[in-house]
Amino acid sequence: MKSGNLRWRYIKQFLFFGLVKLAVALIALALGGILLYLLMQGYSAISWDFLTKPPTDAMTKGGIMPAIIGTFYLMVGSIAVSLPLGVASAVYLSEYSKKSRTLRIIRIGINCLAGVPSIVFGLFGLGLFVVYLKFGSSILAGSLTLGILILPTIIGASEEALKGVPQTFREASLALGVSKWQTIYHIVLPNALPGILTGSILGIGRAAGETAPIMFTAAAFFTARLPASIFDEVMALPYHIYVLATAGTRIEETRPLQYGTALVLIALVLGINFVAILFRSYTRRRKSW
Amino acid sequence: MTGITRTTKEKIIKAFFFIIAATSVIILGLIILSLFREAWPIFRATSMKDFLFGTEWYPTYDPPSFGIWPLIVGSLIVTVCSTLIAVPIGVLSAIYISELAHPRAKEILKPVIELLAGLPSVVLGFFGMVVLAPWLQDTFDLPTGLNIVNASLMLAIMAIPTISSISEDALYSVPREFKEASYALGATKYETIVRVIVPAALSGVSTAVILGMSRAIGETMVVLMVAGGAAAVPESLFDSVRPMPASIAAEMGETPFRSDHYHALFAIAVVLFFLTLAFNLIADYVSHKFREEGSATL
Amino acid sequence: MVKLNEHDGSIISVQDVNFYYGASKALTDINMSFKKNQVTALIGPSGCGKSTLLRLLNRMNDLIDGTRVEGRVYFEGKNIYDPHVDPVDIRRKIGMVFQKPNPFPKSIFNNIIYGPTLSGAGSRSDLSALVEKSLKQSVLWDEVKDILNQSAMRLSGGQQQRLCIARALAMNPDILLMDEPTSALDPISTAKIEELIDELKKDYTIIIVTHNMQQAARVSDETGFFYLGKLIEYNQTAKIFTKPDLKQTEDYITGRFG
Ligand SMILES: Nc1ncnc2c1ncn2[C@@H]1O[C@H](COP(=O)(O)OP(=O)(O)OP(=O)(O)O)[C@@H](O)[C@H]1O
Ligand SMILES: [Mg+2]
Repeated sequence: MKSGNLRWRYIKQFLFFGLVKLAVALIALALGGILLYLLMQGYSAISWDFLTKPPTDAMTKGGIMPAIIGTFYLMVGSIAVSLPLGVASAVYLSEYSKKSRTLRIIRIGINCLAGVPSIVFGLFGLGLFVVYLKFGSSILAGSLTLGILILPTIIGASEEALKGVPQTFREASLALGVSKWQTIYHIVLPNALPGILTGSILGIGRAAGETAPIMFTAAAFFTARLPASIFDEVMALPYHIYVLATAGTRIEETRPLQYGTALVLIALVLGINFVAILFRSYTRRRKSW
Repeated sequence: MTGITRTTKEKIIKAFFFIIAATSVIILGLIILSLFREAWPIFRATSMKDFLFGTEWYPTYDPPSFGIWPLIVGSLIVTVCSTLIAVPIGVLSAIYISELAHPRAKEILKPVIELLAGLPSVVLGFFGMVVLAPWLQDTFDLPTGLNIVNASLMLAIMAIPTISSISEDALYSVPREFKEASYALGATKYETIVRVIVPAALSGVSTAVILGMSRAIGETMVVLMVAGGAAAVPESLFDSVRPMPASIAAEMGETPFRSDHYHALFAIAVVLFFLTLAFNLIADYVSHKFREEGSATL
Repeated sequence: MVKLNEHDGSIISVQDVNFYYGASKALTDINMSFKKNQVTALIGPSGCGKSTLLRLLNRMNDLIDGTRVEGRVYFEGKNIYDPHVDPVDIRRKIGMVFQKPNPFPKSIFNNIIYGPTLSGAGSRSDLSALVEKSLKQSVLWDEVKDILNQSAMRLSGGQQQRLCIARALAMNPDILLMDEPTSALDPISTAKIEELIDELKKDYTIIIVTHNMQQAARVSDETGFFYLGKLIEYNQTAKIFTKPDLKQTEDYITGRFG
């Protein structure tokens, strides 16, 4: 009787573990399958010309160079907006704030900002930067919108990095008669730098892959020339995929271009994230405290 | 000392950082403000009730009709369906990574999942459109493969890494003593997981689920590309729908500046904003409870 | 009002101090003055408030949210809790060594010059001289003189603690506060630091918290015994350890409680 009971318990366990492994297999199958499929389809479209030439023949032939450049500008622009704001916010939260209602409001604000849908950021950018501030659809408007989108990520990562700096470092510095700001600047920030960098790289990766926020704030269907200033529109990889795949009359004909662009975008975004994760595990292993 | 004392300087620095930290709140306020500013005029053309519960979304007809009920239903249905797919798979995979996987396997699986969480949604939308849609259409003999099933599947694939990754953190942080106590009482590994570890991590796991849902409801590109775009209340899972983000993204480019239609799209954004806000506040509440009461409240 | 500082040769004195962590009171009615160029030991059972008192003397308790001080602490004729006083100035003159060695993840050299450079010390050669002087004072020079550019994290625990002492001495403080500086160290390192304390007392005033009765007896001139946030007995070390006034003190020292 007793051993029968135990046997039943082990059968249950066996079934459950089977289910668990099935879930992992499904994920591997789905995501691995998608990536592999896109890789195989996109591979043949990729060539040096594809990466370095602009589109031709009403975007049915040629390369995607302007979209790569545009995405690059938006990545740089968005991190230029969000990094200073994000790190400074995190410094306040981690080093200066005391438990208070104001702090709670700021935290809720950041959490809510993190949850705002990307299309709503797009409309916000349209309403504020494009229309109200008259930046027009431009690198500037797009960078500001994307920068705000990734701000919570940067704040979160920076705060975590700052919190990871041992309290004893701060005490040691303050006990030497070093002021609070000098302590932050000379001890806390340098030691938090690896974590802040990891978060920034992840943020850049996110910005590179977003479509909805730039649809109305920065992205152009097609530009004949490369942007000359931050007030110009740009092409961007994610938007280019969307445009090629949904608009126009020769969607079937441009499939190879679509696969190729998708592959470039995946390589870019996953590459960036991969660098971030590698960098993080490297600095974690090297950490001396 | 040059003019100002060190104490004053420190106070200025602190105030500076406070102002920057407050920008997030200010931006959130600006978002609400600018959405409302552009959304408000639509209620000269239609009533709140007709807007939210009207079943006809014909913004470009004459006379137009601005009922977003089909869009709301579209959003909710793909969110619910994708959650039903993503939660079990996400949580079970988290259990695998946290409790069953060999440490070496875990070291690889965890970053891979994290990596996949960054997959751009336009790529998933693209895949759903060019691969899954034709397959669904042929296999089930449908008029279109761009439908609820397709959108839910792609949304689920998008949400799984997020759910898995956050759940895994929650499971992993369950104190070892709990597990040991359970084993010491003669429980099997399965019983320990189901009776001790998962309940102890429940708030963390629920936070993951709510955040996953919030992402799904606000996700634009996937539903824009694969949900089919029919602005009607669906009757079957193989029908097309037009979730709110898809409607905004598809129509904003075409509509005249500050027309009723334009204002209506902003009003949809307001609805979407508050819907996700609600999700996030719930998630914030749940995870706070989790952090404060910790694992003590089993 | 007596100006305690001048007339009895004390350098810092605590008057009617109560201290609170939030609502809980950690120190009650402390009156105590510390003599210049002497070593004062603070002893007492765990949780009696020794660290709290020590951190009160250079305003390190400011760093903890929700703390409150009543009373006055006179140093150089001024109450250091006066609103006009900048704690940064106080900490430059009153150095501190912690229970666990806490070097910065920088080179040995940079650890020592960290404080002086940030409070505006002179040129590179001055700094080199300062590093040498401080390391010699803390009896670490011979061991590290060839590896000054190596990370301080690679030193042994005992060496790290002497580095932390050197780092504090480089600020040329008037007072050195030490909170159980040897409790994380092996006996040999402990002996070295005790010797060091004896040496340093010529130039500095030292206040040391310790759980080790022999250590208090060996290194200190004066000893204060604390119990439950109160100063029970404060006397010359020789007297405390041979013929204390109070039975409570005697019980603690002889190990009958605590
Ligand atoms: N940061 C803090 N917050 C709240 N209470 C504290 C804090 N630090 C210390 N206390 C409390 O104040 C009292 C005195 O603590 P203190 O650290 O001064 O004791 P101590 O004599 O140094 O003990 P030990 O010998 O263990 O180091 C204790 O009851 C302690 O719980
Ligand atoms: Mg102590």
